[in-house]
Amino acid sequence: MPQDMSALGKITKEVCYATDSSGKYVTELSAGWEVKIDALDVAWKDVQERVAAAKQKVLNNEASPLLFFMEYRLMDISILSDYSGFWKWQIKRHLKPEVFKRLSDKKLQKYAEAFNVKVDELKTMTVHEA
Amino acid sequence: MKLDFEHRQSAHCESGVTSSLLRKTSGNKITEPLAFGIGAGLFFCYIPLIKINNGPAIAFRTFPGLIFKRTCNALGIPVTRKKFSSKEKAEGFLQQCLAEGKPVGCQVGVYYLSYFPREYRFHFNAHNLIVFGKEDDNYLISDPVMENPTTLTSYELERVRFAKGALAPKGQIYYPAGDAEITDEQIRKAIISGIKRNVNQMLRIPGSFAGIRGVKNTGIKIKKWRDKLGLQKAGSYLAQLVRMQEEIGTGGGGFRYIYAAFLQEAHAYVKNDELLEISKIFTQAGDLWRTAAVQAAGIYKGRLGSQADFDQMGDYLIEIAAVEKNAFLALKNIKWQ
Repeated sequence: MPQDMSALGKITKEVCYATDSSGKYVTELSAGWEVKIDALDVAWKDVQERVAAAKQKVLNNEASPLLFFMEYRLMDISILSDYSGFWKWQIKRHLKPEVFKRLSDKKLQKYAEAFNVKVDELKTMTVHEA
Repeated sequence: MKLDFEHRQSAHCESGVTSSLLRKTSGNKITEPLAFGIGAGLFFCYIPLIKINNGPAIAFRTFPGLIFKRTCNALGIPVTRKKFSSKEKAEGFLQQCLAEGKPVGCQVGVYYLSYFPREYRFHFNAHNLIVFGKEDDNYLISDPVMENPTTLTSYELERVRFAKGALAPKGQIYYPAGDAEITDEQIRKAIISGIKRNVNQMLRIPGSFAGIRGVKNTGIKIKKWRDKLGLQKAGSYLAQLVRMQEEIGTGGGGFRYIYAAFLQEAHAYVKNDELLEISKIFTQAGDLWRTAAVQAAGIYKGRLGSQADFDQMGDYLIEIAAVEKNAFLALKNIKWQ
């Protein structure tokens, strides 16, 4: 039973089914497995790269901050549409910086709630929580 | 208010929740492996065209909700399951259940699940937990993944019950609606029908994306990933495969071990000695999935990366498909006693 400390292992061990010496199945606890930890690392490394690329695009005025928060919150347009209540075509428009700048506070508030941030944080790409 | 409920940790959320909710009714007989097997939990499906987190969508289990439903149906226990469009009604119904002394299962999304480490929070909406009480503004939560019971504030629980995206839970709540006496004979019949159903869903499902054929075809596809996607993206795809395979609630390799454990436990009710032998084949399949995961890790960590390494990876899946096919054919051919 592998015991490689994972992000989850700090909080809880996982139950696994394994055979004992007589071949009978029992449950055992595992703190994690290196292969899994690495897989998760790869996934987050990909996410971080996407977030960084999105941030650069926003700074270059090629996309609105929505793109940054979508990557940061791992959302695609359809998930954001579900959380914010906007149609997908509206979100696509709002991804353009010039359209985003003209959005009303009410609309910005909807996005801020969907991303779990405040409106001024939404505009400035500020993130603070763990 | 805290209901008389004992938290138990399990390897897979839905079979764990099912087992825990049936604990009293079944007199502790329906263990996690039995729930998993009776609910025909073992599956494989590679859904083409759909992407999850920019990678392939691969499932190693049946559709969420089915394990609970099938297990209860097979044991003759009525089920109540409700979805809600209104958050207020959803919470009202939950409180009513608790007031009636019923612990309830909830389908939730993990993205905003506050007690999960951030690294584990993806938009995955088919997680299951049990609510078994409320103290002040805190709901008492038995999450089968966690060693100990935990809590969520009413706002936090509402947010995960109404998570958005694919498989949105829509406040879904479910519980066994009645205390039927469960006899060993019923369990025996439920086991046999669960096995038959699982045989069908792995061997006879049409198309090339699901079941045993799905495993084999995914193996064939993997061999082409390096040329088609480039080394880095192919590595990310493999990392996603491993996460789908080994992580909580999805665990492909782990599920093979649970199924092997199920067949051992089934033997106490069904006196076919073949079950013990077939159990060993599933253990072998589980081991092979793990070996494949190690190979995949070699690729996404950059230790491996040649076409031969991808061929080897694909061949592992093709081998697994052959092993599991044999196991299910053996199950199919059992003359039930």
